[in-house]
This record gives sequence, structure tokens and C-alpha cells, in this order.
Amino acid sequence: MSPAQALAAAENPRDGGLAVLRERGQREVFCGLTGIVWLHRKMQDAFFLVVGSRTCAHLLQSAAGVMIFAEPRFATAIIEERDLAGLADCHAELDRVVDRLLARRPEIRTLFLVGSCPSEVIKLDLGNAAQRLGTKHVRSETSPGVRILAYSGSGIETTFTEGEDACLTALVPEMPVEAPDAAPSLVMVGALPDIVEDQFLRLFAELGIAHVGVLPARRSGGLPALGPNTRYLLAQPFLGETARALEDRGAVRIDAPFPFGAEGTAAWLAAAAAAFGIDEMHVNRVIAPGRERAKRALERYRPALEGKRITFLPDSQLEIPLARFLATELGMIPVEVGTPYLHRAHLAADLARLPEGTRISEGQDVDRQLDRVRADRPDLTVCGLGLANPLEAEGLSTKWSIELVFSPVHGFDQAGDLAELFARPLRRRDVLRI
Amino acid sequence: MQLAVWTYEGPPHVGAMRVATAMRGVHYLLHAPQGDTYADLLFTMIERRSARPPVTYTTFQARDLGKDTASLFQDSARDAVERYKPEALLVGASCTAELIQDDPAGLADNMNLPCPVIPLELPSYQRKENWGASETFYQIVRHLADTSVRPAPREGRRPCVNLLGPAALGFRHRDDIREVRRILDLLGVDVHLVAPLGASPADIRTIGAADFNIVLYPEIGDEAARWLDKTFAQPMIRTVPIGVGATRAFINEVAALAGVDPALALDDPSSRMPWWSRSVDSTYLTGKRVFVFGDATHAIAAARIAHEELGFTVCGIGCYNREFAREMRIAAKEYGLEPLITDDHLTVEEAIAAAVPELVLGTQMERHIAKRLGVPCAVISAPVHVQDFPARFSPQMGFEGANVIFDTWVHPLVMGLEEHLLTMFRDDFEFSDAAGPSHLHGSAPAHATSHVPSQAKPELVLAPAGDILIKEEAALVAASDGSVGWTDDAERELRKIPFFVRGKAKRNTEKYANEMGLPAITLDTLYEAKAHYAR
Repeated sequence: MSPAQALAAAENPRDGGLAVLRERGQREVFCGLTGIVWLHRKMQDAFFLVVGSRTCAHLLQSAAGVMIFAEPRFATAIIEERDLAGLADCHAELDRVVDRLLARRPEIRTLFLVGSCPSEVIKLDLGNAAQRLGTKHVRSETSPGVRILAYSGSGIETTFTEGEDACLTALVPEMPVEAPDAAPSLVMVGALPDIVEDQFLRLFAELGIAHVGVLPARRSGGLPALGPNTRYLLAQPFLGETARALEDRGAVRIDAPFPFGAEGTAAWLAAAAAAFGIDEMHVNRVIAPGRERAKRALERYRPALEGKRITFLPDSQLEIPLARFLATELGMIPVEVGTPYLHRAHLAADLARLPEGTRISEGQDVDRQLDRVRADRPDLTVCGLGLANPLEAEGLSTKWSIELVFSPVHGFDQAGDLAELFARPLRRRDVLRI
Repeated sequence: MQLAVWTYEGPPHVGAMRVATAMRGVHYLLHAPQGDTYADLLFTMIERRSARPPVTYTTFQARDLGKDTASLFQDSARDAVERYKPEALLVGASCTAELIQDDPAGLADNMNLPCPVIPLELPSYQRKENWGASETFYQIVRHLADTSVRPAPREGRRPCVNLLGPAALGFRHRDDIREVRRILDLLGVDVHLVAPLGASPADIRTIGAADFNIVLYPEIGDEAARWLDKTFAQPMIRTVPIGVGATRAFINEVAALAGVDPALALDDPSSRMPWWSRSVDSTYLTGKRVFVFGDATHAIAAARIAHEELGFTVCGIGCYNREFAREMRIAAKEYGLEPLITDDHLTVEEAIAAAVPELVLGTQMERHIAKRLGVPCAVISAPVHVQDFPARFSPQMGFEGANVIFDTWVHPLVMGLEEHLLTMFRDDFEFSDAAGPSHLHGSAPAHATSHVPSQAKPELVLAPAGDILIKEEAALVAASDGSVGWTDDAERELRKIPFFVRGKAKRNTEKYANEMGLPAITLDTLYEAKAHYAR
């Protein structure tokens, strides 16, 4: 049995019968603008211009943590009192800011106008602005041109990683149309650190999948073609809208668990191979070395993590696949797995592997959720930066969830690093004599 | 619209959070979308607070907008009051909620909540963090102060004061209070109340019981102190005791108002900074060029210390808070400088690069700028990062604060004796003045201006520091493209000029040679130019 089949066959898929605790109260999560912090590093000739308030600028600077770059490839056009006086004025101001920005940064090939809560509430049409500015900065004999796109990272519409979803959705219409007689191709979807992306691309090549593209592409000219012969494979679990946009253009999703740990990664790769009709024996041969390496790396962490109870507070939507990884590959016991939004179809394979009795919650009422954490007293709580120190001060060990988004954690060769992220807070708790 | 990459100040509701978080028994209900909860991490991560800020966010979403965000606000108010049982509830809106105009004040007013409600109107599209903190503190004092409370008769008791301004996320506020309390204790003056840091609404009620107010942080405390002066006729002391001179002035003012002997605190044997500064090793600090930028209060104090107490030359000064531009202009005049009043860090970076300082005193923003420019830096003002909330006692105010400042500012510089040796052995290959201070392990990037750009002999610049310098050099050579070339002897001479003025000497000489239409810069050109610009 291939790893994919092994995962799929385990237990009955708990789609309809899944009990989910839904909550609606105060959320303690970042908004979608935060995605800019990793997206601008990924897309090396793209600039992200948030059209928002001083709060947006302050959020980006606080979430990014360090300000090591003189002029990073993101900035905020801060709406001021006089912009609010009249909308026409606002568009003129935006044009002025964009012209100045592009004059200063001639290397920029893609400019994202990123909507925020205030820009959404005043109904500033950034799609329209992008079109208008796009024709102004179109490729010409004297200039290579700038592609100008718009998406919303506002907190009233997007939660944390949904900002990436919105950004990639905006890129889909820019993907070239595949030739009618195009050979079957694969698009890997989701921003991954370059090193991980390269590992996966090598594995796809070894598997024998000839045409592989990546969304988002590192450079703006590198977007893969799209059409009915395209199969796409999600590398991140938070890309619901992107998936829908890809399917609107005829691409077909390969159903797979997410590539965390030895088993998740093996199943994910095998699912892709199966979609391209690649011989199972060959697949196993290609996958085996990485899978064994990952297993060996994970074995080192099993003593520290096995039997330990863990709670995830809702944050990045990575919670379900990570809980699956920790439960099935390291023997941890998920107590509560919270997610801001539960995409049942995309997460079906991972949900099916969660231990019976895992409490799954969607949405948030942070005060009540913290009451449950205090009652459950898990060994480890995965939470955002605002909550970590307060929980530590109550004697509860924590892991910052943002590190799971910023660090290379996917794939065989990061499986050990991923386990280490969970093991370190527990080890630290044990070594401190203070 | 203003294009911003990094900001010195957050939005005004973050200022309100700094006040609410500093106090006890207060809760802040903020009408805001979910992303605004990021502000919690400023307190729990940067300041390492062990409790969540006392803030409830309504976290409305797009789907709520068409329906009833107002009832969401009221539900949140009810839940927050029930759960946290605050003695007073602050209500307000963040930038987005301001646009939907739900009127938090009116909504809370209609609810008959079992605690005082203090509405905050903080215009997000006009104002910033410090203003928000100041306005919040003022509103709290105004709403809660019991105007019938007056100081007890002076007979038979020590004079007592309020310390106003310290807040959460403030630069060294925790330690400044301890040091100022020590000074007041030496003078025999009691502290009636410190606010907002550590104060509860019940404490604020009695604020009128103090004889006078001390405004430690005018950015936050001024507004409230002015109202207290008007309402209670409480005089205020506005001299901020940062630096030895300012501390002495502060002690004299407090003693005069309190009717006590200032000598009790003036003759403090723990004041070591004056001797440290007079001792011979510090001779080498004389005339070092410093660029000062921060909030107005800290920047003005730092410039005065730099100028009067360390013998530095202030080569640039500015602040990011326009509200205090007047004070800043007056201070800058003393140094014959035009102050830089801006919250655009790129402008600050340009000004620093142009001033060619040997030390930058600034915020975390200037710390990054100085790092890029390869100039030593010490932090003197908010905003600061996690490393500027030290575990140890490390005040800025009082005599101990001056001791701390001496150590902190002098540390990144080349030590006196060391600089002496560098000058003596400058031509020995082991002692390149490009090497930087040895106690910083040579990792401090050397001054770009300390290398002679040389088209003729690139090997001159390769030896000391490798790749990075080669690149810098290439950039320099490229930058001076099109200008007049240097002869070997002129170039050697240039290298003998102290590195902190060498950049200027080089630019002036090249400008002079260009203007004169000279074919090459010779030894004579160098000194002709020097004489020309000396006029």
C-alpha cells in the first residue's frame, strides 16, 4: 500500500460526523497583512504597498520584529485626515505615492496594493487603482513595466495566513494559459522557504514529474501556465480561495495530507506521483531515503514528546496538520486543536488521522479558550506572541506559533527541526533550576 | 497619504494601552478588528510583561459591518466588566472603528455599567501614540479626581508630591521612578502617588492630596499636570532630571517648593559621572561629534549632557514628536543647529549620514541606521526594542542615571588610551585605525570615511578588513567618479587627517578642486581647500 493509501484508508473519514466547537468572541490573531513579512522575502522583485493606517504600519513593524533592512520591499501608505475628506483626493494621493515609490525602486516588477481594514471600510477600490496604475506603468520600449495587482489583507476579512491566500488568488489571473495540447503539469501551491521548495522540486524530478511550477514564483516572470492539464498540490492548508481560483481555470487538486514529518511528506509526494500515473515501486524507491532519514531524526525526539499533551490556539490554520504530525509520528496527545477556519475538504486526510476524542475548535473566544487551557493544563500550548509570556507566567509551557510559519518546517529534511520546535520549550522547562 | 516603512510612534490607541496597562484596576474596551490585537505583543514580548494587557478588543469582522457592530460592542463591554470587574472602564475605537462611527461613549453610557466609564476620543488619522497616552491619562485624571480633596495642613508632616508620566513601554520608566524616589527620600519629601504606572482609579481619586506635581515625562504627563494646576492649584516641576546638571536643578526646584534643604540630596556621594568625565582618560571624548534624535524630552536632555557634561560636539539634533517642536527649536539654537523635526526615518538617516557623527544617540530606529552606517550608537529614547528593557537597575534619571549614561555612551567609542595608541602607531600595519575599537572585537564596521579611496592603488584598502571594505571602497570610488583625481602624496596626507573629519575634508577638497578646475589634487590643493573653507 502506498503511503497515501495508508493514510486515506485509516479510519473512516470523519467529514459529516466531525464534532467541532465553534466560537465567536474576541480573537487574538494577526490580520492578513502579516503575510507580507514572508511573502516579500519569497517574491524577490515584488513590493507590497499597504494602503491603510498607522496601525497597519505599526503591526508590520511589530510582527516583523526586527528592522534590519533600510528599505524593505514593503511599506504603508498611511491614510490621513485630509484623505478621508474626499475619495477622489485619495486616489490622486495613491497615484502620487506609487509613482514616487516606483521611481525610487526601479527593480520592482510586481507591485501589490494591499487593502486594509480602513481602506475596505471607506471602500477605496484598490482593484480599480491597480488597473489604472497598471496601464500607466505598462511595459514599454523604455521600461520593462510593473505588474500592479491588488488584494486585501484586512483584519475584517482575513486572518493571518489568509493574507497569503488572498495574495496568491490575485496572482492566479496572471498565470499564462497553458497550450491546448500541453503535457500534464504540476503546480505546487504555497510560499515555502527556497531551500524547502528546492528539495521538493528535486524530489518531483526524481519521481519523474516533468513539468513542475510553483505558485508564488520567486520572480515575477516565473509564473507557471495553467489549464485543464494542470494538477495542483497544496503545500499549505490555508489556501482555500487560491484553490478555488485555480479550479475556475480548469486545474484539478490532488488530494493529499500536508507534507509534515516522514509520513505526511511521503503521502503528499505519493499522491502527486499517483496523479501522474507513476509506478508505485519507483515512487517508494525515490521516497524511501528521505523518509528513513526523517524517521531517524524524529526518533530522537520521541522520548521527549511521546505522551505529552498539547493544545493549539487558533492562529495559522497549520494547527490540524501539525497536530496530526505530532500525534501519529511522535505520540503526542492533542487536547484541543483550535483553528481560525476549518477547511474540511483540504484537511480531510489530516482530520481523519487525528486521535479519537481530540477537541477541535473553530473561531475563537480567547477568554473562554484560555479558561479551557487552564483547566486542561496541557504540557505545551501553541499560541501567539501576545499570549505566550502570560501563560508561561502561569506555569504553562508555550511555543510561539509564528515560528511555525516563518521557519522551514515542511518536508523530510525539516521533520527533525519541526519536532525540535516543540521539544525545546519542554526541554528548557526541565533544565532550568531557577 | 504618507509613505512609511518604519514608524517611531504607533497609533493613539496604543498610547491609551500604555496607560491602561501601566495602571491597576482599569480595563480598556477597544472597538477594533482582529488584527489590532497585535498590540498585546508589544507589552508581553518587548517589555516582557507577565500578564496580558487589560484590553478587550471587539474584533468585528466584515460580515458584522452590515449588521450590528454596536451590539457586539455592548456584548463585549458586558462580558469584560463581568470577567475583569474593573474599577474603571476605558472605552474607545481604533482607526477602523473610528470610521464606522458606532459611538463607543454613547453605547457604554446607555448600559448602566457598575463602574465609571471613561470615553476616549483619539483621532487615529491625525494623532499618534504619545498624544494618545497623554490624552488618556488626562481623561482618567479628569474623570476620576475628587476635586474636594486637598493637601492636609503642612504642620507636622513631610511635604508630598505626585510623580506623573511613567507608563508601560516607557524607556527606563521603572528604574527612573526608583531613582527619583530615592532623591525625594533624601530630601525628606514623600511620594503621594505615581501615575499612571502602578496607580489604581482609587489612587487617582486622591490625586489632589499632594502639595505639588513632578512631571517626569512631559510627553505623557503634561496635559494632566496642567489641568491639576488649574483645578487644584498644584504647582508642577517640569525639569526632567536627566544628566547631572538637570538633576541638580531638579533637586533645587523640589527643595524650594517643598521648603527643604537641597544639600540633603545634592551632596550625593554616588554621583560619579562628574569625576569620570573630568578624569584624564575622558580627554579623548572632547569634541566627539554626536547626533541626537528621539522624543523631544530625551533628545534635549541628551544633547545637554553631551555638550555640557561630556564635552562632545552636538552635530545634529531632532525629535519625532511635533507636539514638542517648540522646545526642540529652543534647545537646538544653543548648539547653533537647525533641528530635524520629522517622523520619517529615511530623512533622519540622510541627516545622520550628512552630519558624519562619531556617535549616534537615538531610538531603535537610529540604532539600525547607525549600524548600517558603521557608527557607534547608544539608545536614549523610546521606541526601543527588547534589549533596552534590561533586567538590571538602569535608570536615566538622577545621579545614578548619569552614571549609567556615562557608561552606556562611552562604551561604544574607542577608549581614550586606546585612541592614543592608535594615533601613535597609526602607520604600523598592526594598528590600522580602520580596525575599530578592540573591545568590540573588531566586529564594529570601520568608518567608510576612514579609507582613502584610491583609483591608483586599490591594494591600500584591501588589507585591514576584507570583502566588505573592498565593496565599500568600490562604492566610494564609484561615487567620486567624474571628480578630480588625487595625487599619491595628497592622498597620504588625507589619511593623516583624523577619520571623523576626513570625509568632510575629502569632500571639501574635491569640491574646491572642481570649482577651481584643477587637473589633480595635490598636497597644496588639500591645504588651499582647507584655508578656503576655514574662512
